[in-house]
Amino acid sequence: MTLLSRYLWATAGLSGFVVVWWLATVMTDLPAYLLPSPGAALAEIWEPSYNWGTHIWATTQEIFGGYVLAVVIGVGLAVLFSWLPALNAALMPLLVVLNMVPKVAMAPLFIVWLGFGIVPNMVIAFTICFFPILLTTYRGLLEVEPDLINLVKSLKANRWQIFLKIQLPGSLPYLFSGMKVAAVLAVAGAIVGEFIASQKGLGYFLLAQQNALNTSAMMMALAFITLIGVALYGLVLGLEYLVVTRKGIGK
Amino acid sequence: MTRPFVRLVGVTKTYHAGAQEFLAVRDVTLDVEEGELVSIVGPSGCGKSTVLSILAELQAASGGTVEIGTPDSPFTPGRDVGMVFQKALLLKWRTIIDNVMLPAEILGLPRRASRERARDLLEMVGLSKFADAYPQQLSGGMQQRASIARALVHDPKLILMDEPFGALDALTRERMNLELLRIWRESSKTILFVTHGIQEAVFLGSKVAVMTAGPARMAAQFEIDLPEPRTLDVKTTEKFGNYTREIYHLLGMH
Repeated sequence: MTLLSRYLWATAGLSGFVVVWWLATVMTDLPAYLLPSPGAALAEIWEPSYNWGTHIWATTQEIFGGYVLAVVIGVGLAVLFSWLPALNAALMPLLVVLNMVPKVAMAPLFIVWLGFGIVPNMVIAFTICFFPILLTTYRGLLEVEPDLINLVKSLKANRWQIFLKIQLPGSLPYLFSGMKVAAVLAVAGAIVGEFIASQKGLGYFLLAQQNALNTSAMMMALAFITLIGVALYGLVLGLEYLVVTRKGIGK
Repeated sequence: MTRPFVRLVGVTKTYHAGAQEFLAVRDVTLDVEEGELVSIVGPSGCGKSTVLSILAELQAASGGTVEIGTPDSPFTPGRDVGMVFQKALLLKWRTIIDNVMLPAEILGLPRRASRERARDLLEMVGLSKFADAYPQQLSGGMQQRASIARALVHDPKLILMDEPFGALDALTRERMNLELLRIWRESSKTILFVTHGIQEAVFLGSKVAVMTAGPARMAAQFEIDLPEPRTLDVKTTEKFGNYTREIYHLLGMH
């Protein structure tokens, strides 16, 4: 399938979804507070009292902040673990156990510690998406052909050379598979945080509109959350294309 | 008589696993003249790869003597070793020429000169058109040629090959044998060639060292007196048949 026809099909799928949604509102008697039409949801953009800009900006900061933090700390720890097996042996079981704790359940604690605002939600997004990045990157760093290590060791390569020339580039496909999973989780984490305690953000906005049964505004908020998530995912895909796919490094 | 470039005398390797001791290989005694291509043949578990890794200083011998280099041609560990393995082990994210450059980078050799040398070597192994391709775009045989070029880029004195053609199909393997002989003549390197293939060992080597498993040791050596430069026709001669038969018998396969 050519690239163009793939885009065409994708566009057809997305527009088909909106059309089915619209048909459902036209052909049934569902009241608007249950299922508003796409047009009604879209029209909410122009409602100035909703302060879309503030909410979108808050949620974007939480998602991207938590995500970048997770990538930096996840990759950093993975590198340390690959260098220091003792550190890995000591901390990995602990991290696995901590990862079992539902991040949602930790949210109230973060709010006690960090107060209201963007930071605790960023931290929740971070905790929820950090682990997959750590695990996949660590695995990628270790997944090196033993004979390849022998080859460079026969040249008396030092550890730093082995890391920079062999391990790190070899781990990139793994890192990106973790980053893609994490991108989805980061969105969920930020919204959950906003549900629990916040004064702004799209999650906060969703709850506020729920009380007013303002379904069309809730739909629009969902659409914005999705857009932020898609933007993050798209950035990761673009980066992956630049450093992995373009060079033909599949797993 | 001049000193051999590689001299192994009674080399032994043992591993310790807890209180237990495992013998990896023993009685390895072998002389390799400078510029000679010597084959080491034997079944799995005979310790032939261990011999190579001792020569590459990837592990130390537990006993015996290992001497590489002569006063006229001194040997620097690391600098003077080129290795080829059964897998080509090319880095997927590097082009062929950048893969060939890897040893030069690790050793910190002058970049421009090494790159020129890499180009010459790719020409020699018949890959000059693929310098800027990625490994995935090449066949198994071509990838192995590239890995041979990589083993030569830093102009090492000793090339260690560990079953380099073991993963290739039979016809490609024979073609690569001829290629290797040509590369060997053109580069005049000292080559140690480890293989499972008795015919391959006899065809390539001016000397064949035979190793046996259980216990892993070097059992015998044969000077191979076949016409040079060798062509595939040699394989149908009576002399070639005699050498291979003797080795089969030595390995208890008859």
